[in-house]
Amino acid sequence: MAEFLLPKLGADMSRGRLVEWVKKPGERIARGEVIAVIETDKANVEVEAFASGTLERVLVEPGDEWLPVGTPLAVIGAAAGTAAAPRAAEQPAPRPEAAPAAQGRARATEAPPKLPPATAAPSPTNAPASRALTPPAPPIAEGARLRVSPVARRRAAELGVDLAALPGTGPHGRIVLADVEAAARAAVEERQPERPAPAAPLTAAEQAQEKRARVRAAIAAAMARAKREIPHYYLGTTIDLTRALAWLAAYNAERPVAERMLYGVLLLKAVAAALREHPELNGFWREGRAELADAVHLGVAISLRGGGLVAPALHDADKLALPELMRRLQDLVTRARAGSLRSSEMTDATVTVTSLGERGVEAVYGVIYPPQLALVGFGKVVTRPWVADGRVAPREVVTATLSADHRASDGHRGALFLDALDRLLQEPESL
Amino acid sequence: MTNDEIKTKVLAALAAVAPELEPGELAPGANLRDELDIDSMDALNFLVGLSQAFGIDIPEADYRKLSTLEAIVGYVAARVG
Repeated sequence: MAEFLLPKLGADMSRGRLVEWVKKPGERIARGEVIAVIETDKANVEVEAFASGTLERVLVEPGDEWLPVGTPLAVIGAAAGTAAAPRAAEQPAPRPEAAPAAQGRARATEAPPKLPPATAAPSPTNAPASRALTPPAPPIAEGARLRVSPVARRRAAELGVDLAALPGTGPHGRIVLADVEAAARAAVEERQPERPAPAAPLTAAEQAQEKRARVRAAIAAAMARAKREIPHYYLGTTIDLTRALAWLAAYNAERPVAERMLYGVLLLKAVAAALREHPELNGFWREGRAELADAVHLGVAISLRGGGLVAPALHDADKLALPELMRRLQDLVTRARAGSLRSSEMTDATVTVTSLGERGVEAVYGVIYPPQLALVGFGKVVTRPWVADGRVAPREVVTATLSADHRASDGHRGALFLDALDRLLQEPESL
Repeated sequence: MTNDEIKTKVLAALAAVAPELEPGELAPGANLRDELDIDSMDALNFLVGLSQAFGIDIPEADYRKLSTLEAIVGYVAARVG
């Protein structure tokens, strides 16, 4: 038995509103199934279950109240035949529709797995008693490596729990899942008095205005944090796209509208492939060190029609053939704008790609979305005089930029990445 | 098919990518990309909608001709008779 807590679906989320329970009490839940719909300040998100089980009871009904991240929303019982297995709970759960080897380190919203009996689902009031079963470990010196179970690390990232401030109750002071969830619940309790009283109903115009303000506030929080904490460095290069665009035109000319591709898909695939060659730019900065991701999940910056933007993940972009990448991009953009993204898409991105070329911008020097390590930007495709083989000729070119975290990589590595990107885009048929 | 019937279907395809569209407020000669803040993905989805609604193919070379409601209605009318 474990509590299903309001997850943190991105660096800019501190609260959420329960829109709908997709599952009802008594219903069985398969891992990866959508269990609820949560409204964040930026979008509605379909939250997926982390483990199989039964929705025993809901603790919160859908409504207008904003709840802090970490608020218990429901109680999940074990699935038949999956009784509590403490070690199993430490294993990462595979993301649905993907092979285990293709997972990134960030995890989707997860219903907590079974907990060890001694620490199972402590309520806020019994959490200290549970901890008392194992003496707290001494505080960990700054810079020392934290002992944290993988599942606890992922959960802490989801719930916004600072691991450095947490005493571990596991063996040798290891921080386990129960420590993280107890800390999240305690934080929620502390914030309870700050919950605003229900407001009077708003008009449609006021609701839209409030929504825009919330989106801006969420973006402001994440971007201010990024600029405050991440020492960015910026690089740019001009890439000749003439060959890639000619290849794409020939490809599209043979297909009906519904099967055509946008040139942005070539850019995305090339970024993903270049990151495979230079993994130092793909992953996260956490607890004082770079955590490189096993998979390449591209966060695609998508502007929302009401204002603001989201950057949901295109999973395993490096492994997808171009037509499939196009299909998934189309689906992702459509769902982002319709407000039906899934929680794994909100949390799994290992790097962000953005393009402002359609609005005439020639180069984008973006702000990294924490805790990611880099952001790749593309500007407008323009025709420029270009010298090749000693002759000047008009070429279609684009400015590609890299914003990267200097704690995790140096300019030399970033330059090699941009060089690889250029090379890959000269061979579009190989992407 | 009359031009009004074509226009109704075109507006329905547009509304699928720009739900906030108020058909009465869209001037026939207004640039759709600017007026409705349509990007390349929206534009492609709109063209897919048009293609399906009228059973026509739209070559990439013709995309530039389809910048206004008036131009689109004329383009479709010429192909569906």
